[in-house]
Amino acid sequence: MYLNRKAPYGTVYALESLEVVLIAAAFEQDVSLAFIDDGVYQIVEGQNTDGIGMKNFSKTYHALGDYDINQLYVSAESLEERGLSADDLMPLVYEDEDDDWAEKPSVKIVTNAELSKLMSEQDVCLSF
Amino acid sequence: MKISIQINEGPYQHQASDSAYQFAKAAIAKGHEIFRVFFYHDGVDNATRFTVPPQDDRHIVNNWASLDIKNAEGEPELVVCIAAALRRGLVDEAEAGKNGIEGNNIHPAFRISGLGQLIEAGIQSDRLVVFGD
Repeated sequence: MYLNRKAPYGTVYALESLEVVLIAAAFEQDVSLAFIDDGVYQIVEGQNTDGIGMKNFSKTYHALGDYDINQLYVSAESLEERGLSADDLMPLVYEDEDDDWAEKPSVKIVTNAELSKLMSEQDVCLSF
Repeated sequence: MKISIQINEGPYQHQASDSAYQFAKAAIAKGHEIFRVFFYHDGVDNATRFTVPPQDDRHIVNNWASLDIKNAEGEPELVVCIAAALRRGLVDEAEAGKNGIEGNNIHPAFRISGLGQLIEAGIQSDRLVVFGD
């Protein structure tokens, strides 16, 4: 599980986490992502980096489904603390091969207690 | 207004240098003078000409060079702290020679100098703006 704790811009952590996630998927690992603290901003809809001259890499999150990465957990508390809701997040989906390739949402909003339980079930947690 | 800038963070890892560049560009466009930019701590890594970012990304070193910040004598006023640079593996031709090192990596738009340049920038400028944590 990859823990994403930083805003997408300002430091390089979000981008480099995403790069490691894609490599892990290429190695056919069981990959899940958690977005907590300012990390929830990484998958907020409608990002625009024109004003800061940075690469807008938010589109890459839409590709995660194609890499069979479909377990994205977002901290409900972190969203609420920032005045955000599920409607502010990008509609990230994957195609379920066990259900005639039906498009299903990848993002699940969970409480920090649920997130804690998920983390305890992982072999490896990488924090960015 | 006469403005100097201090940058304390390395490129790509942290947005400080990018923000400082945007700030400097905007200030120049508004008719202000950038007296000097001083790169300190990990900020010295903004000055290596060996920087090769991916093609679709910004080139922070070239961005700074494009501002063409020079003094009346035509010397670059993108100033890199010598002590901070040497301990992080950045040398110009003169320092490479002195230390018996082959090659050099400071971009020609920058120059290496001492902390006195930072103090002087603070004295000479109306504002000294620091970027970094």
